[in-house]
Amino acid sequence: MRYLPLLWAGLFRKKTRTILTLLSIVVAFALFGLLQAVQAAFESGADAADAKRLLTTARYSIIEPLPMAYQRRIEQVPGVVGVAYADWFGAKYQNESNAFPVFAVDPARYLDMYPEFTIARAQREAFVKTRTGAVAGKRLADRFGWRVGQKLPISSEIHPKTDGSMNWEFDLVGIIDADDPAVRGNTDMVLINVAYFDEARQVGKGKTGWYIVRIADSTQARGISASIDTLFMNSPDETKTQPEKEFAIGFAKQIGDIGALVTRILVAVFFTILILTGNTMAQSIRERIPELAILKTLGFSDGKVTALVLAEAVLLLILGGAIGMGAAVAAMPALNGSTGGRFPPLFVGPETWLLAAVVAAVVALVIGLPPALRANRLKIVDALSGH
Amino acid sequence: MTVLVEIRGVTKVYQRGRERIEVLHGIDLDIPSGDFVALMGPSGSGKTTLLNLIGGLDTPTGGSIVVQGRRIDRLSGGELAAWRAAHVGFVFQFYNLLPALSAQRNVELPLLLTDLSAAERRRRARIALTLVGLEDRARHRPRELSGGQEQRVAIARAIVSDPTLLVCDEPTGDLDRATADEVLRLVQMLNREHGKTVVMVTHDPKAAEYARRRIHLDKGVMTGEPVSS
Repeated sequence: MRYLPLLWAGLFRKKTRTILTLLSIVVAFALFGLLQAVQAAFESGADAADAKRLLTTARYSIIEPLPMAYQRRIEQVPGVVGVAYADWFGAKYQNESNAFPVFAVDPARYLDMYPEFTIARAQREAFVKTRTGAVAGKRLADRFGWRVGQKLPISSEIHPKTDGSMNWEFDLVGIIDADDPAVRGNTDMVLINVAYFDEARQVGKGKTGWYIVRIADSTQARGISASIDTLFMNSPDETKTQPEKEFAIGFAKQIGDIGALVTRILVAVFFTILILTGNTMAQSIRERIPELAILKTLGFSDGKVTALVLAEAVLLLILGGAIGMGAAVAAMPALNGSTGGRFPPLFVGPETWLLAAVVAAVVALVIGLPPALRANRLKIVDALSGH
Repeated sequence: MTVLVEIRGVTKVYQRGRERIEVLHGIDLDIPSGDFVALMGPSGSGKTTLLNLIGGLDTPTGGSIVVQGRRIDRLSGGELAAWRAAHVGFVFQFYNLLPALSAQRNVELPLLLTDLSAAERRRRARIALTLVGLEDRARHRPRELSGGQEQRVAIARAIVSDPTLLVCDEPTGDLDRATADEVLRLVQMLNREHGKTVVMVTHDPKAAEYARRRIHLDKGVMTGEPVSS
């Protein structure tokens, strides 16, 4: 702390130059925070995946249905401790653009399978007991202004009712949410009670979309997956079972490899920052050679002067990084609001802060080390005589 | 009077590319404690080189330099830095203040290397500035001060850690006569009233008159015996 005024004075010796450099770092880190948030949102499905959950789908296509009767057979596979299922409803609400996932589920089994989803106890009981019941994710409910107790008219693009109509109506009995922001994106859906849905639909009765299987030991995931798939081998409805995380990653990659895209953009941004800031730091130190020589004259050791120059780079990156990341965090509510809930919630998590700190430290080291070494080698007599 | 600086057979050779430049040729010199010595001579005579060696800014090629019983020519870079911080105050022709720091902060700089608290550092810097008559300029940056004032701040910085030895390299070379006399009177006062041993390089015979002794160098050797004022 005693050297802070000295560092500060050195850093802001040329205010305009330092502020412009600082601004470029702020922008780089704001971009870093935002892009990391987008990446985290895309990967939230995989991040929220439970290692003890497996997904069983039809072997050749996830849109092929599977018999509901598989449930009991899967439950009997050694190592399996719970089974739930879900069926794709293919919903649209009011107009084409309001599409969101609606899953027909056994309420108790499904909610037990996802303990990370939060729902009021009374609402859960209402969902279990109400055949026409539905629960909606909080962000979705907020987006459309839904209230518990209201009728929820939803059209299906896939499932006609027995009367031929595609228009369904459910009773909204509860709201689901999640405490973890990485999980919250997965609650952007409506769950409907399969009991009513299966009875009222015209085709596909007794079938479901996929199974979610809870196992006792995550290290047995491969073996249990194979056991399940073996069970239905050579049947008309063969299965493909895989850990939930693998399924989520594969699903996200159908949109594009967001991670690789974000990494490439950030590498380009920080490479530019490295060159710009490195050049500015080198110039700043070059101009202050006599001042550094004076510090050495006064008794500052080579190591201390080296540390001061490095610390200046670190201070610059801490300031720029913190302001930039702060700006990214501050922008989140507005960005989340502007997407209207159509995109998983953006957030800057602790991992992103940690990664930002590592990036800042590496950049500080790379831009600070060359001038610091120059300062280290500086000979007082030569520097003071202008050599 | 005890000898503070004892120089024996000191030589200094610089290598500039392939060229070997011998600047000092076997200097022998004793500087007693409390002395005020003016090193004089034409440009290139080696006086600044000798001053740098006495102040521990450079190391001799040959010979020995003992200050207060310690051979400083054998100290490592780190040891020499610590020794300078504790025992030597420096005053240069162009003041060499840090332009981004106030006068107060400039004077505090050597104290950053001590264990003193921030309050104590401030107090001592304030005393040093008072001693040079600039207590009311503590918050001013160097560019807001005149040349004479800047040099007085530099002197305050040189004495703030209470060094035994004050090393001055052309301290009045950039000042007008009247201001130069003010600065020299201040240095003289530090020598006479505060017991600082002063070694000063100067071209200026009038400046040299403030010293107790004058030593002439020419082409790297001392010429004649020291002259007392």
